[in-house]
Amino acid sequence: MTGDATATRRRVLRVVAALVFLALLATPLAIRHFSSASEEGALSTAAALERHGFAFEEVSRAVGIRFSHEPPLLDSKLEPIMPAVAAYGAAVSVTDFDRDGWQDLYVTSSAMGGRNALYRNGSDGTFQDVAARMGVADLNREGTGVSMGAVWGDYDNDGYEDLFLYKWGQPALFHNDSGRGFARVTEGIALPAWINANTAVWFDFDQDGWLDLFVGCFYPADVDLWNLPHTRIMPESFEYAQNGGRNYLLRNRGDGSFEEVADAAGLTTRRWTLAAATADVDGDGDPDLFVANDYGINELYLNEGGQRFREVGRAANLARTPKSGMNASFGDVFNRGEWTLYVSNISEPGVLIHGNDLWVPTQDPGDEPSYRNLAGAMGVELAGFAFGAQFGDLNNDGWLDLFVTNGYVSGERRESYWYDYSMVAGGHRDIIADASHWPAMRGRSLSGYQEDRVWLNDGAGRFRDVTRAIGAVNANDGRSVAFADLWNRGVLDAVVANQRGPLLVYKNTVTPNHGWLAFALQGTRSNRSAIGAEIRLYWNGLEQVQQIEGGNGFAAQNQRRAHFGLGKASEVDSVVIRWPSGVEQVIPMLATNTLHTIMEPQ
Amino acid sequence: MKFDRRLTAPLLITLILLGAHWSFGVLRGYEAILLAVAATIATELSLRRLLTGQTPQIASAYISGISISILVRSPLLWPYALGGVISIMSKYVLRTKRRHLWNPTNFGICALLFLAPFAVAPLSVQWGNDLWPMLVIWAVGLFTIWRAKRAHITLAYVASFFAFAIVRSLITGSSYAAEVAPITGPMYQLFALFMITDPKTTVSSTWGAVVVACFVAFVEMFLRLAEVIYAPFYALFLVGPVALLVEMWWTARRQVVQPTAPVASSIALD
Repeated sequence: MTGDATATRRRVLRVVAALVFLALLATPLAIRHFSSASEEGALSTAAALERHGFAFEEVSRAVGIRFSHEPPLLDSKLEPIMPAVAAYGAAVSVTDFDRDGWQDLYVTSSAMGGRNALYRNGSDGTFQDVAARMGVADLNREGTGVSMGAVWGDYDNDGYEDLFLYKWGQPALFHNDSGRGFARVTEGIALPAWINANTAVWFDFDQDGWLDLFVGCFYPADVDLWNLPHTRIMPESFEYAQNGGRNYLLRNRGDGSFEEVADAAGLTTRRWTLAAATADVDGDGDPDLFVANDYGINELYLNEGGQRFREVGRAANLARTPKSGMNASFGDVFNRGEWTLYVSNISEPGVLIHGNDLWVPTQDPGDEPSYRNLAGAMGVELAGFAFGAQFGDLNNDGWLDLFVTNGYVSGERRESYWYDYSMVAGGHRDIIADASHWPAMRGRSLSGYQEDRVWLNDGAGRFRDVTRAIGAVNANDGRSVAFADLWNRGVLDAVVANQRGPLLVYKNTVTPNHGWLAFALQGTRSNRSAIGAEIRLYWNGLEQVQQIEGGNGFAAQNQRRAHFGLGKASEVDSVVIRWPSGVEQVIPMLATNTLHTIMEPQ
Repeated sequence: MKFDRRLTAPLLITLILLGAHWSFGVLRGYEAILLAVAATIATELSLRRLLTGQTPQIASAYISGISISILVRSPLLWPYALGGVISIMSKYVLRTKRRHLWNPTNFGICALLFLAPFAVAPLSVQWGNDLWPMLVIWAVGLFTIWRAKRAHITLAYVASFFAFAIVRSLITGSSYAAEVAPITGPMYQLFALFMITDPKTTVSSTWGAVVVACFVAFVEMFLRLAEVIYAPFYALFLVGPVALLVEMWWTARRQVVQPTAPVASSIALD
């Protein structure tokens, strides 16, 4: 080839390369365009029922619930960044505290002097706040700290659900006096007088029939956020911090008292814990513990015979990359009879994209747990500054769906604090750990006005965002979400607690074409609440496992019942219940569209 | 056997990468690294010969790929491939007088951050809590670029950053510690040690390079005052080509022939 021909060829190739280059630069814009084009807008209830099988209606005021969370006002030394520090405390937990068969709600406020609420379900469609009458309202008094959340569990097996309130301050245990009131019994719980807890979970880790309690802490116990001698209270790193609060494991002695056994059990880390959940992830019959930590890696503790816990997070592949864990929820999203784990993290476009995790087990039966993150592949990775999340079959089609709350601090709409946040977060620990180094927020937002997400499981390995279509738009700073069948209709309703915002109650309407089945369990040899019981439902060639939970998500607790959607199936093959005691109960051919109350065989 | 100095940068970057990931899990995963490196090398292999007829610069492409995988954070995989291809292509598409104008890695990262903020973020965290990893990287990095006679650029930039941080602190009211915080993180270590020292995209004279480094920090100050999170990358993106064009114009005016590829090119985040 001649020199001229070569030069001409290269000129042509350069033009082609330039065109390809331009096309590549345009590729992200095209991806953005097509991904946003697939987002679904609002639909009428009829259209949502037709297309997705369910629709939400926000009914809090209509049913007598007018509760708004108030944030804490902390030491004035934190004033420049107060909104970011005082960004926790909106919580909701579901229980039937008076055993009338209707689900009640306990919600927390976090202002000093603010009152928590216990909404008793009146069975007539309305709720009434009975917290003051029951003695569980005025729990944010000066000098005692403020509420961060609560979990219900029948620790003395008397048949009534007791209340553990965790706080940035003095934790409190309340005994339920037969649904007529609550008596503070805190002196027996073996916790320090002051801790800064953000999560707690009831579970019977030693399987002795008495509920034990895990308490996870954010700040160290010696930090009193209302009386700070200095401002070195922040995490020492945004990805490797180990200067948070220690966690606690309270073993129930069975006589109304607890002993603190965290050190002996191997729970010794000092990460910044925000959430925890339990499930038997290794299938050996005892409950294991997952702990979600902000500013670092998460932890998975395998229960070794109720004596010790062994941390295997890194070996199991779910604690290799530090993120900002703020939620822990277990669910069987594939109907394979195994526990998938959802962990929420921060995703702020262009600044910090951790992405949420959907940890899917990959191990063979009998092997050590191992996980693979399929959040991206399944479409549930990018939610926002994500907090609480729950799995539940919202349209009764037989597949677990996902509800995720979002948003950190909503201030000035057009002003963002992210620049300052990222400037400091990338620095050395001597800078990060001191709140006085943090630029003032001056009313700016930090991932504010982000909408919650409702993702519908299509049963084929993908989740679809139907938030707007089914009417769950909430741009408050969502924290906690819990599911319950509030009106005993065979559907899961949703309750969302917003930081500095109203409590939202979404009444669910589900297509009548889909059946359901629910279980209320009562332990006899096991703990009376049956927390930790696994229920495996076999129907239509599918298998789904659910469990009775003692707290999960972020600062949340779902109803005690297990709720299964059946799709169009009109019958089930069998139900296998594995009680915490180890007793296995097989129940063939149960009637559908019914709540079954089942007692553990003696 | 004599050590080939062109391998210094790939080896150093690889060691930093592996050490950081092994110690602190800083990367998205090994698949992201492989994808980015494969994208840059494949693009280099195909374009270099086709468009210039010259031997591909595999080490240079490798460094670009590694750099993309360190400096870009994304839960998705496609940004690593796209960033890698765009980086290398920019060398062959955006050029004048047989020189490319932008540092390829800088161009690729800026393109991703500007065009795909919904999918990517810059590296914005430190590696661990200790001072030692930071000191080790600074020490090894400075030694390496000192051997390559480029340390003056890094030192000029760092000194300017600290000086302009005083100005920013006075203007914004933020503490000086907050304003200098970014430079204690690994993103700045890589940026100051290996990206702004790229000889192919900075001016060739010693004092000229010092002035350009100071000017990068100066422009960055304004971007930071405008709360631009990617300020250092954008500052280099803006200043680098202008400096090169000015040098070309100046050189042509004086009709002095200058070498375009000094030995030191092997140490930069090319």
